[in-house]
Amino acid sequence: MKIIIEIIYLISSVLFIFGIKQLSSPKTARNGNFLSSLGMFIAIVVTLFDQHVMTYEYILIGLVIGSGIGLLFAYKTPMTGMPQMVGLLNGFGGGASMLVALSEFYKMKNFDVFSHELSTDVSVVLSIFIGAVTFAGSLIAFGKLQGIVSGKVIKYPLQNTINVILIVAVLIGGTYSAIYNPTLEWIILSICAIALILGVLLVLPIGGADMPVAISLLNSYSGIAGSMTGFVLKNNELIIAGALVGASGLILTMIMCKGMNRSLMNVLLGGWESAGTISTPSAKTSSKGSVKSVDPEELAMIFDAASNIIIVPGYGMAVAQAQHAVRDLVNLLESKGKNVRFAIHPVAGRMPGHMNVLLAEAQVSYEKMYAMEDINDDFNNTDIAFIIGANDVVNPAARHDKNSPIYGMPILNVDYSKTVIMNKRSMNAGYAGIDNELFFYPNTLMYFGDSKDAVNKLVHELKNI
Amino acid sequence: MEIYGFMMMVYVFVLAIFIGFELIAKVPPTLHTPLMSGSNAISGITIVGAIISAGLEDFTISTILGLIAVIFATINVVGGFLVTDRMLKMFKKK
Repeated sequence: MKIIIEIIYLISSVLFIFGIKQLSSPKTARNGNFLSSLGMFIAIVVTLFDQHVMTYEYILIGLVIGSGIGLLFAYKTPMTGMPQMVGLLNGFGGGASMLVALSEFYKMKNFDVFSHELSTDVSVVLSIFIGAVTFAGSLIAFGKLQGIVSGKVIKYPLQNTINVILIVAVLIGGTYSAIYNPTLEWIILSICAIALILGVLLVLPIGGADMPVAISLLNSYSGIAGSMTGFVLKNNELIIAGALVGASGLILTMIMCKGMNRSLMNVLLGGWESAGTISTPSAKTSSKGSVKSVDPEELAMIFDAASNIIIVPGYGMAVAQAQHAVRDLVNLLESKGKNVRFAIHPVAGRMPGHMNVLLAEAQVSYEKMYAMEDINDDFNNTDIAFIIGANDVVNPAARHDKNSPIYGMPILNVDYSKTVIMNKRSMNAGYAGIDNELFFYPNTLMYFGDSKDAVNKLVHELKNI
Repeated sequence: MEIYGFMMMVYVFVLAIFIGFELIAKVPPTLHTPLMSGSNAISGITIVGAIISAGLEDFTISTILGLIAVIFATINVVGGFLVTDRMLKMFKKK
C-alpha cells in the first residue's frame, strides 16, 4: 500500500506542475486550475489510506466544516473583495502548516518518540515559525484590506529594534530546541507565540497601496511553510507543492517591487523612503499654473472627436465599483469605431492583477488589457489617456524630479498623449502623499467626481451626441 | 543514511523551486490574481499532514490540533480552487 500512496503523491505533484504551467495563457488557465484541484483531490483521498490513519470521525468533521466555510467564502465574496479573500485563505494555509507541526511535536512528546534527527527538529521549529508568521500576518493584511485595521502606514516607536529582538529570541530558542533539546514544550510554544506577534508587527506598518507586495510575500511564506511541514513529515509532495508556491509568491513580490522601483526592505518598513519631506510643498499649487476642469457634456464632445483612446484604471475604480460603467463606455466608444485599450500598471490596485480581474468581471476582453511595457510607447499616438482612479503611477515627477520620493518608479506615459483626462474625486494627493504635477499640465483636463458616477454621466452624454 | 534521506529532500526542494520559477515567469500579468489564489490553494497541500494528525489512533492534543488543521487547510483548498475557477471563468476574449 505504501508504494501506491507514494506513486499517487508523485502523480499529484505532476498535476500541480501541469496545472501551473497551463496558467500561462487565459485560454488554458481554467483547465490548469482543474488539474491542480484534481491533484489535490487524489492526494487527499489516498492519504485516507495511510497506515497512520486509524480513525475517521475527526477527519470527516474537519473536511465537512472546512468545505462549508470554503464554499461560502468562494461564492459570497464580491470580485472587489478578492484581495482580502486571497489574504485570508493564505492565512488559513499558513495556520494549517503551523498546527500540523505543533501536532507532530505533541505526538513525539506524548509517545516519547523523538527521532533526535537534527533535520526533523529544525523543520518542526521552522514550520511552526513560518506558519505562524504567515497566519498572523495574513489576518492583519485581511483586516487592512477589509478596513477593520487602518490601511495607513503605521509606525510605532522602536519598530525595528523590537522586531530584531524578537527574531533573535526565536533564533536562540529555535537553535537550542533543534540542537540540544527538542522536547521542551515551553520553548516550542514561545516560538509559536513570538512568531504570531512578529506576523502582526511585520504587516502592520505596510500601507494600503503596498499591499500587492505584502500579499505576494505572504503567499510565498505559506508555500515555504508547507515545504517545511513536508520536511517534518518526510513527504516529498508537500516539499514540491510548497516550493512551487514559494517560488510563485517570490516572483510576484519581485515584480511588484520593481513596479515601484523600491527594495523589499523599504516596502516592509512602511511608507516611502523620504516620507518625512513630503508634507511641506503642498501649498504651492498656484505657482504651477492652473487646473482646468471639464464637465460631462464637454468631455463627451472631446471623446467623440478622438479615435485612439487608452484607459488607465487604478484603485479608485475598484473603490467606486466603476468597472461595469467603464465597460459600457468602452462598448459605446467601440460602436462609434474608436480604438479603446487599457493600460495597467503592475501595482495598480491592492494585489497583483487586481484591475484585470475587475475588468474581466465586467466582461471586458482580456485582449484589450495591456501591461505597462507593452503599451507605454503608444501614448505618443493616442488622442485621449483617460485615467480613472489612478494617481502616483502616472505622475511624471517619477521621470525627472530627483527630489521626488517616487523618482525612478516606472510610470505610464500618459502625459505624452494629446489630451489627458484625469478622473478623481478631489485634488488630494495619492498614496505617496505627493502632488501630481500632471494636474497642471496644459494638456490635462480634470474630471472630478466618483468614478462610477462620472463615467455613467459621460456615457449618458455620449449617447446624446 | 539519515543525512542521505535529508539531502534527498533538500534536492527535491531546491529543484522544485527552480521549476516554480520557470513556470511562473511565463504567467502574464493579466492572470496574476488567479495565479495567486490558485497557487494559494496548492499550498493547502498541508492538508495531507493534517489528515494524518487528525486520524491518529489515540485521542490526544495532537488530534485536536490535527482537527483544526484539517478545517484550516480545507478552507484554504476548497475556497482557493473555487474562487480561482470563478475568476478564470470570467476571462474571455470577445
